[in-house]
Amino acid sequence: MIEVKDIHKSYKMGQNSLKVLKGINLNINEGELVAIMGSSGSGKSTLLNILGMLDEAETGEYILDGVLIKNLNETKAAHYRNKFLGFVFQSFNLINYKTAAENVALPLYYQKTNRKERQEKALAYLQKVGLGEWAGHLPSEMSGGQKQRVAIARALAAAPKVLLADEPTGALDTKTSYEVMDLIQQINDEGKTILIVTHEEDIANMCKRIVRLKDGVIIEDVKVEQVRAAQYVQ
Amino acid sequence: MKLLFSRDTWQEIFGSIRKNKGRTVITVIGVLWGIFIYITLSGAAKGLNNGFTLEFQDMATNSMFVWSNQTSVPYAGFKTGRRPQFKISDVEQLKTKIPQIEFIAPRNVKGMWDGSPAKVVYGQKDGSYNVYGDFPSLVKIAAKKIFDGGRFLNEEDINLSRKVCVIGERTQTDLFDKEDDPLGKYIRVDGSYFKVIGVHKFEPGGGFESDSDIYIPFTTFRKLYNSGENVGWFAIAAYDDANVTQVEADVKNTLKKIHQIAPEDDRALGSFNLGEMFNRIMGFANGMTFLSLVVGVATILAGVIGIGNILLISVKERTKELGIRRALGATPGEVRGLILLESVFLTLVAGMMGIVLGAFVLFGINAATQGLEFPYSNPTVPISFVLGALAIMVVLGTLIGLIPAQRAVSIKPIDALREE
Ligand SMILES: Nc1ncnc2c1ncn2[C@@H]1O[C@H](COP(=O)(O)OP(=O)(O)OP(=O)(O)O)[C@@H](O)[C@H]1O
Ligand SMILES: [Mg+2]
Repeated sequence: MIEVKDIHKSYKMGQNSLKVLKGINLNINEGELVAIMGSSGSGKSTLLNILGMLDEAETGEYILDGVLIKNLNETKAAHYRNKFLGFVFQSFNLINYKTAAENVALPLYYQKTNRKERQEKALAYLQKVGLGEWAGHLPSEMSGGQKQRVAIARALAAAPKVLLADEPTGALDTKTSYEVMDLIQQINDEGKTILIVTHEEDIANMCKRIVRLKDGVIIEDVKVEQVRAAQYVQ
Repeated sequence: MKLLFSRDTWQEIFGSIRKNKGRTVITVIGVLWGIFIYITLSGAAKGLNNGFTLEFQDMATNSMFVWSNQTSVPYAGFKTGRRPQFKISDVEQLKTKIPQIEFIAPRNVKGMWDGSPAKVVYGQKDGSYNVYGDFPSLVKIAAKKIFDGGRFLNEEDINLSRKVCVIGERTQTDLFDKEDDPLGKYIRVDGSYFKVIGVHKFEPGGGFESDSDIYIPFTTFRKLYNSGENVGWFAIAAYDDANVTQVEADVKNTLKKIHQIAPEDDRALGSFNLGEMFNRIMGFANGMTFLSLVVGVATILAGVIGIGNILLISVKERTKELGIRRALGATPGEVRGLILLESVFLTLVAGMMGIVLGAFVLFGINAATQGLEFPYSNPTVPISFVLGALAIMVVLGTLIGLIPAQRAVSIKPIDALREE
């Protein structure tokens, strides 16, 4: 599903440039649930943003679902993001003046789905994350866990190939984190490819594979026995 | 186009407008004020214009007056400082020499510049008023509105040297009691009794005359004041298609020849043509219209620039939101379109409100100036001006909107998302 070859990325900081990714090679198959770990500043978010076409690598090759992602203009990138990718952010990034249902429907709007279908799908995904009753509420009326579930519903709404989550549980307490992970595992069980950036070992262990970054290179890439989050959730 | 008519587009726009109520209100007020000023100013200027036109409609704008001063160049054995005396015989000569003359009225006056005003007595009341010796043709040159029941001088009055007079509105109120109908009454003018045959209404703007003037037949005047063949000055109307300024020059040249004035003596004869004055006043009114147009458009421009500014701030405030939208698949074009439409929509709504408000104010001004002695009438803004203003606003709204729209997409989505 994802093929990454020798990706380099550096940030210009005035005179000198800071090398953040120094040759990343990574293959991720369909249906995988991968945790990307590493200390702060190791380049996890940078890698995820490149995979999400929000940022571009300097050199190297990135193939997503058989499509070579290269020299995209913004419009093309927007179409690919919309079609291939779903994002979940640490800070939820819901649009605060839109209701839960409107937030979930937004990627469908950009997909030019008609209004009725959009509303139906948005409601269906909200129900899937257990928030059917909350469709008409604004983000400000919801808890962190609920907001993140709305964000997950939104990321799923456009039926992307890959779900990219940058510290999705970073702003949540342990119990809520497990609830969110339970949801992510369920989605993965249905066959969706998911990448999660996390700092927490217990969250990483709920994935099927752990990739460790250090100073811009992968230092470890192992398959793990998945810990089911459901057992911690009543 | 599809974007423009989709319900979703408008929902997005209303969403963001509703979210930023304060901003929206301030923006709208800016443009509203601009278009309001524009509409009110140009309407008021139009009213002034209409007022002047109305003022002049009773006057032959192709009319002129010519009088004599003192000569300033010695000629044909005459020294300078002579005052040429127009004669009644000049009329025929002028008429034959200058075919463009339609009407010519020789005039004399007692009062004004020729001696002291006549002493006029009616019953116990008296007063001093200017008395004019006139021909009936005067009304063809400078219309006189005569109140109901009365009339102006006629040919018979001239032929019979009748002792009849037309008095002014103010003369009437000065000399007659309210219930006393002046028509048919006799007033004493410098010792002679005159029958009042009409009361004329005062029309402002018609030169030096006033609402207390008394008109008597030219021939009667001649007898009363022994003016003989003398004429004080001429009032002349040219045909509609004639150039008054040219006629004015021709008349003066002819009179110079008759009265042996040096052709190069510019000071010996004085003249005044209403056409020129009319043009000057209309020029002033048109200038006002133009000025109000300029000021109005500038104010609209300022308002629209205000919208641009506020949208720029709003785009900055919404950086993160726009970043989220782009992460979810909004293309730069879609983001730009959203901002642009918002700009145009705000401009238009504000503009229409301004037009309505301006129309109300014009309505108020019209009502307030009703019946006032002020040249102001029917202040309307031509529909083409209104449509033009709306078009200008749409165009400016789009152009101004382009700046924040471009700003919104110039930042990379990843940087936009990082924004707090
Ligand atoms: N836009 C940027 N400009 C300059 N430097 C940047 C930028 N984004 C990231 N960096 C730098 O690149 C390095 C890697 O950043 P990145 O966000 O990928 O780290 P991370 O592994 O996600 O860290 P964390 O766990 O704290 O989120 C850091 O040193 C960071 O300071
Ligand atoms: Mg990070």
